[in-house]
Amino acid sequence: MNQAKTSGEPLLSVRKLQVDIAGKRVLRSVDFDVDAGELVVLMGANGSGKSTLALALAGHPRYEVSGTAHLGGQDLLELPVEARARAGLFLSFQAPPDIPGVKNNLFIRTALNAQRASRGEPEIDAYDFLGQAKAGAKRLGLPDAMLARPVNEGFSGGERKRNELLQLALFKPRVALLDEIDSGLDVDGVRALVDLITEMRAQGTAFVVVSHYLHMIEMLEPDRVLRLQDGCISESGDLELARSITAQGFAAAPARQAAPVGA
Amino acid sequence: MSNDALQQTLERPYQHGFVTDIESDSIPPGLDENTIREISRRKKEPEFLLRWRLAAYERWRQMEPPEWARLTINLVDLQSLSYYSAPKSMADKPKSLDEVDPKLLETYEKLGVPLHERAALAGVAVDAVFDSVSVGTTFRKQLADVGVIFCSISDAVREHPELVERYMGTVVPPGDNYYAALNSAVFSDGSFVYVPKGVRCPMELSSYFRINARNTGQFERTLIIAEAGAEVSYLEGCTAPQRDENQLHAAVVELVAHDDAFIKYSTVQNWYPGDEEGRGGIYNFVTKRALALGKRSRVAWTQIETGSAITWKYPSVVLRGEGSSGEFHSIAVSNHRQQADTGTKMIHLGANTTSRIVSKGISAGHAHNSYRGLVRVAPTAAGARNHTQCDSLLIGSHCGAHTFPTVDAARADAVVEHEATTTRISEERLFYARQRGLDEAEATALIVGGFCQAVLDELPMEFALEARALLAVSLEGAVG
Repeated sequence: MNQAKTSGEPLLSVRKLQVDIAGKRVLRSVDFDVDAGELVVLMGANGSGKSTLALALAGHPRYEVSGTAHLGGQDLLELPVEARARAGLFLSFQAPPDIPGVKNNLFIRTALNAQRASRGEPEIDAYDFLGQAKAGAKRLGLPDAMLARPVNEGFSGGERKRNELLQLALFKPRVALLDEIDSGLDVDGVRALVDLITEMRAQGTAFVVVSHYLHMIEMLEPDRVLRLQDGCISESGDLELARSITAQGFAAAPARQAAPVGA
Repeated sequence: MSNDALQQTLERPYQHGFVTDIESDSIPPGLDENTIREISRRKKEPEFLLRWRLAAYERWRQMEPPEWARLTINLVDLQSLSYYSAPKSMADKPKSLDEVDPKLLETYEKLGVPLHERAALAGVAVDAVFDSVSVGTTFRKQLADVGVIFCSISDAVREHPELVERYMGTVVPPGDNYYAALNSAVFSDGSFVYVPKGVRCPMELSSYFRINARNTGQFERTLIIAEAGAEVSYLEGCTAPQRDENQLHAAVVELVAHDDAFIKYSTVQNWYPGDEEGRGGIYNFVTKRALALGKRSRVAWTQIETGSAITWKYPSVVLRGEGSSGEFHSIAVSNHRQQADTGTKMIHLGANTTSRIVSKGISAGHAHNSYRGLVRVAPTAAGARNHTQCDSLLIGSHCGAHTFPTVDAARADAVVEHEATTTRISEERLFYARQRGLDEAEATALIVGGFCQAVLDELPMEFALEARALLAVSLEGAVG
């Protein structure tokens, strides 16, 4: 997808994002930007709200959210879940659910066509889709047979993650939020993941990657590393921040003064 | 589909049928012995059938409507119904078609292929029953060439009285239950299928039932006989126009399978379900039973029940032949104020008989959906086996799912397994599907389709797509 950039405005721009879940404030005020082709790594201790941030942007029905999150000038927070997806937002779930009885290829094709229809693009037929899906599955090390099986039913943790990556590759979103995509993936899986992300970044997709895994973070060559703490972005830096957090742990590395947003 | 096209497809059978000699429309409302004599007279029935009807009527008069089902029924005043209604002459036809509600036509459009266009699909023979009479049966000659009889039950009474007399009432006796007795007394029309020994019916057989006239009950009677080694697949579809009052459809279907015969009977029931507030809709009170009489005979019921205000039906199999088997695959959808009390009975009489039950109940809105099943293993049924899978899906928080399985095994060696689940459309799955770009209705349809997949797989291929579309339409407005 071509990223028609509006003058100076980043592709995804999150401001004062506040999230309450069942009356409990999880995120106080989160600000960050990601531009087309950029990759931002989000780190934080368990329970710091990394998944909450991703789910809130995607439109989780149980969250109370305020603030803004502009994608290409449009405030995602005002849109229903599916409209955010159709606007080009993709979330790779930390624990993708299964959908019994619904064949994986039917599910992905139906979703892809819903997205295409919203952009005024013609439907992709079953034959062409299967060709693309098989090629995608192959590069991600997902057996063809997984396409004909019900969505994620009986899939291992790693297979579910590869299936998320397959959808990422086929949907070609403008912004992808990857929530612990590496957990459950083996070495080959991580390599395929890094290849796919590198290729998609070159084509303009922006990434927000939640991860604790330094080796993969290094391979991804992030533009920025953000630390989420006490409900906001407490620190912004480069790979060195990821390295110091990994070396010292979250508890032993108190946040410095928050860096200017989007620096 | 345009009004014209619908009109044409509805009218088509009349051009080939026997409409010309029908001039009257319906006999006056009311039910007594004279009503039955009048029905029989108009249908030019043989004496044996009139006597049979009158005996059934006597039984019925001593019976009470069943009250054991988990249903709230506003009983239809049976004296206010007309028990015989035939289409008037061609000139009057468009008038009745104008009464077809635009909302119903819209539904047809969404479905893509309305049932009555089936006649045009190669390889499917259709019998269409409009109110009380069969208006035409397609491919009769082609079927006759291989010895298969496929016609209306009225024609069968006239042309094959010996078969009708021999089999009718042997599977569902006239006094079986209140509605079966009523049907036996006043049945109007329905389909008749006879597949001779060793013949595999070369095409799908299909019946299309439509209640059109106001204040008319439809009392369909269908009889299917498969001789030794014969095979047949039969599908019925049902629709009715939208009316404010409840209309009664009290059908009886009997199947007889001889040695090694196989009968597959599929139903796509889409009677008018009533409006969102529960006004109007068809009362679908149906007795369907198969007799797996011969050794190794097989019977498979598949039903997709999406319509009707109330569905009360339990397609059953009496497994008499040694090694015979019965199957029941069901999807019952109830939305808004619909009520469904449906399931099956598997009666194991013969040795080594097997049965399998797969029931998928879906409730939405304020609807209630009950599965009611009986698996009986008689002392004679050595080595009998049954497996029951009974799943309920709830959409929203005002609906209900109920399961009433009964197992009655008289043998210690019987293997009877029952699995049941009740689930909601999980918020997590719905959110996941919507995150991929599907709106709530699309996501729900997909998830429901997956829930029903095991049953949809049993439908003849031509109808599986339509059934899927029908599920989506019936659940419209169920979420959100």
